[in-house]
Amino acid sequence: MTTESIPADEIKRSKLGIRIPPVYYFLVIITVGGLILDILFAKGNIISNPTILTNILIRSVALGIVAVGQTFVMIGASIDLSVAYTISLTAVMTSQLMQGDPERVPMAIILVFVIGAVIGLVNGLIVTKLNVNPFIATLGTGLIIAGILNGTFANFKGSVPKSFRALGYESLGPIPISIIILIAVVVLGWFILSWTKFGAHLYGVGGSRELGRLSGLRTSRTIIVAHIICSLTAVLSGLFIVSRLGSGAPWVGPDGIYDLESVATTVIGGTALSGGRGGVFGTLAGVLIFGVIDTVFNQLGVDTYLKTVFRGAIIILAVASYSFRSKREAA
Amino acid sequence: MTTLEKIPSRQMTGILVTIWKRVKKIPPVYLIFLVIIIGVSYLNPNFATLNGMLLFLRRASPLAILAIGQLFVVASGGFDLSQGSLVTLTVIGSALIIYNNEENSYIAIMILLGIGIIIGLVNGVVVSYLKVPSLIATLGMLLLVKGGGLYWTGGAPKGYLTENWRYFGRGFIENVPVFGRFPVAVIVFLIVVVIMTILFHKTNLGKQILAIGDNPRASQLSGVKVKLIRIIAFLISAFLSVVAGVMIGGYGGTSILAGEGLEMQSVSAVVIGGALLLGGKGSVPEVAIGGLTLEAIFSLLNLLGLPKPYRDAVQGLIIIGAVAYAAITSKRRD
Amino acid sequence: MFKKKLYMVLSLVMLAAFVLSACGGGEAPAEEVAVEAPAEEAPAAEEAEAETEEEEVAEEAPANPGLAMDAAAVAMQFWSDDLYEESIIFMDTEPINPDAPVYLQSLLDNKVDTSQYKMEPPFDICFSNAGVNNQWRVTGYVTMREQVEQLRAEGLVGNFIHVDAEGSDEKQITDISDLVAGGQCDVLIISPNTSEALTPAVEQACEVLPTVVFDRGVLTDCPTTFLKTIGGYAFGYDGAKFIVDNLPDGGNVLALRILPGVDVLEQRWGAARKVFEEAGNISVVGVEFNDYSGPKTKTIVSDYIDRFGYIDAIWMDAGGPAVAALEAYEDLGLDFPVMVGEDQMDYLKYWKEMDVTAIAPTFPTFQWRTAVLAAVMILQGEPVDARWVLPQPHVTQENLDQYYLPDMPPLYYALSSAEDMDNWPDVWKELDTTVYKDVIE
Repeated sequence: MTTESIPADEIKRSKLGIRIPPVYYFLVIITVGGLILDILFAKGNIISNPTILTNILIRSVALGIVAVGQTFVMIGASIDLSVAYTISLTAVMTSQLMQGDPERVPMAIILVFVIGAVIGLVNGLIVTKLNVNPFIATLGTGLIIAGILNGTFANFKGSVPKSFRALGYESLGPIPISIIILIAVVVLGWFILSWTKFGAHLYGVGGSRELGRLSGLRTSRTIIVAHIICSLTAVLSGLFIVSRLGSGAPWVGPDGIYDLESVATTVIGGTALSGGRGGVFGTLAGVLIFGVIDTVFNQLGVDTYLKTVFRGAIIILAVASYSFRSKREAA
Repeated sequence: MTTLEKIPSRQMTGILVTIWKRVKKIPPVYLIFLVIIIGVSYLNPNFATLNGMLLFLRRASPLAILAIGQLFVVASGGFDLSQGSLVTLTVIGSALIIYNNEENSYIAIMILLGIGIIIGLVNGVVVSYLKVPSLIATLGMLLLVKGGGLYWTGGAPKGYLTENWRYFGRGFIENVPVFGRFPVAVIVFLIVVVIMTILFHKTNLGKQILAIGDNPRASQLSGVKVKLIRIIAFLISAFLSVVAGVMIGGYGGTSILAGEGLEMQSVSAVVIGGALLLGGKGSVPEVAIGGLTLEAIFSLLNLLGLPKPYRDAVQGLIIIGAVAYAAITSKRRD
Repeated sequence: MFKKKLYMVLSLVMLAAFVLSACGGGEAPAEEVAVEAPAEEAPAAEEAEAETEEEEVAEEAPANPGLAMDAAAVAMQFWSDDLYEESIIFMDTEPINPDAPVYLQSLLDNKVDTSQYKMEPPFDICFSNAGVNNQWRVTGYVTMREQVEQLRAEGLVGNFIHVDAEGSDEKQITDISDLVAGGQCDVLIISPNTSEALTPAVEQACEVLPTVVFDRGVLTDCPTTFLKTIGGYAFGYDGAKFIVDNLPDGGNVLALRILPGVDVLEQRWGAARKVFEEAGNISVVGVEFNDYSGPKTKTIVSDYIDRFGYIDAIWMDAGGPAVAALEAYEDLGLDFPVMVGEDQMDYLKYWKEMDVTAIAPTFPTFQWRTAVLAAVMILQGEPVDARWVLPQPHVTQENLDQYYLPDMPPLYYALSSAEDMDNWPDVWKELDTTVYKDVIE
């Protein structure tokens, strides 16, 4: 998508990766602003209540996990719009496979991850080998998964066992397991992007596929692996959701708008749509912004329609704040 | 015929080769459309009648019009995801302005066209001057329009869409020679196709849109006002979205879900119409046929008795196939 | 090189087409084979029982199933023969308190004592709402807020904290957790987005607060009261019965549904399907999802009329786009079919003006105000029914004039029973959900 190469020092900086992405200013401003409003208009309900504070994070878990995967494909200058339906497929398949029986849990988890890997592989192959624009490719695979899922849903049933629901509801010490998983996924994503050869290749290939190829990188393989990682995070997100809900339904993915929201939070977090730049910590901040907005608007009793408007404005403004100085034309 | 026998066989193959070359030059979307229309007509003889075709065109034209608007943006290298929400806004906003009073209908259409132009302008400015990629800018606009529209109407359309407002999507002109009754929507569709074909293929604007889609920097160097052209592309897309909204609301009546998911369908139609995503190539008539083709495919799958979920899946396969085909053929030419 | 890719495209397309046709043909798709084998190995005891029940519904294919019946089996986990039978009985049951207004009537006497919750007004009520994302919910929500305003005027209600889950289970679970932890509520009203998913969250809330659940249920009887009108089975049965009665010689029926997998909607379709099967001479030629959209509905109906020449009756699991379906006939110059819609005003208007053979089963929006009234009753220590079954009237040719109100907006639902309220009818002409204040000082 872009023909510019990435300056060497930028690669080095992103290699260290701990540089604070500018999106955190947004996060801080919105959080502080939200808390002030909360104190003024809702008697400080959020700040005085640890459960509500923790819930800001729990709200962010499902979106956060899949957004980490989305960050991978977007750094590779690709995109994945099929994640919402991968999440639905996972949720439905998991409850169907487990049938409420704890002994089936490992088998089910392995199987849904395999299915996820296959979806990622197909996405990656269509994008790299058939040269289909990733937007259309994953829109298409998403439609295909949705069609098969909705068409056969009547034949699905089942639920997850109580023990599996611990994933969504229990705590390890004071910290809910779900938050630990989110943090683990983010840290793992950061590690892969910043400290492995694959990560460096991904930034290179995303910055310029041509340049990457010329410098001897296996561009296709890198993009395919990024797609597989993304689908796997969608599966993990689906597993978390089904552990919260107890049984899967085909609408959980599209109803959560995980496709467009994961893209939105990733770009808010500073990952470029044209690839080559960004990181998972920025994405995490993007996800947290959405979580904070949800909580604050809930507490203030503001209309959902206005919240939708607010989200739209944040997406545009956040991305504009990075891009408007850029010399390159956007399209 | 004797003339045929006189032609030596070598010459004969020569003719066949020229015919084949001609056929190959016909954009594939026409052939696909023809095949699907034949399929539909075979399964449903009603369809092959003049009246059947007109009724099909009536309901397919809004999608084709949306696709033409989408083409202007796609050809310039972007996407417009705000189309569907603008269609919904047109329907519920008009119902609110009309408020059961027929006299307000045309005012409502004017106001909505004005709102459409503003939204297109904002899209264009955000992409051109703030340099936000259009995928993100129009995604944000989708949320703004959707939330804003529902807030404006308080969550529910308050009035009926009057018959004179709905005329463009639903009405017929009676006693037309040959045709009997002729749907107004088809007239609107033809007008849009003609104007947009001229605009896109016969004026400088179209060439410049394709140029900035192909290579923005080069076209800037050659004196194209890239920002202005891009803004115009978004304006046209938004304007046509309102037109399509009036037709969809006219056809189907008040609904807060009128435009749901249409942006993705219009992108699909553009792709089936042979335009290149990320810009540089496209044709208005082909994309219009692409829109009709997508609608015809839905009809065909229904006639084949495929339940709706599988139709989604087939749509997915078709758009992947169309883009893969385009990618492969363009590679071969290189 | 190029050829290889072409082959890849082709084989991919063929593979997918194969999978699709396998599914469409009613055979088990590949994934299903993989998953069904283990399912048979060790079904839990209660599940085995459930399974036999379900198979009866899904597989007792009668002699004359429509073309589309196989593809449209009722999602099994949503069906219960007992509740179906019970619902049909409820339809003819007289309320135990016939003198009360319809929104306070009850068909089943099972009062519970609530004296432990008794407290001094004003009460702070919290409401976790699945969403205001369709017109039924808009009418219901406005009716509910007006009831709150009236109770505020009487000094009974203080704050009314409304939290909208925007149609997401995941969000509603966390919303409820927030509300319970927030400590601002004296009572919690919940309209669950889906039954099973919300059960743990509701159980959690029950431990802390008196709770009122309405509309869709949950899989626990911990709420202080669970109220709704008779429900989905009756809705589906009602419309299908009307079609069967009006097509004594049989005919084609097109079933239009809005989306798969929602329990109330599955129950409506399940009941209708059963009625059609038992009639024997009804052929369900199609079961289609219209996404609740008018234009899509009109297109689907036109396509089916094209395909079969004429469709004798249309059954809908949610009548929002009913007018669009009828317009498809009007535009083609055909006679109207036997029609099943819902109590939405544009449909009643069309029915009245065009003289359609029609019925409107309802899922009355008045239950939204009942929920608020129940919450107040609980905090006043008055007994309420643990399972509060409200009557579910339907609109027929005989009582159409009673429910058709020409001044109301097209998407207003007639069964709000709000005629006795202070701001009637002006507020319902506007149906504006954005004007209400949650917190009052």
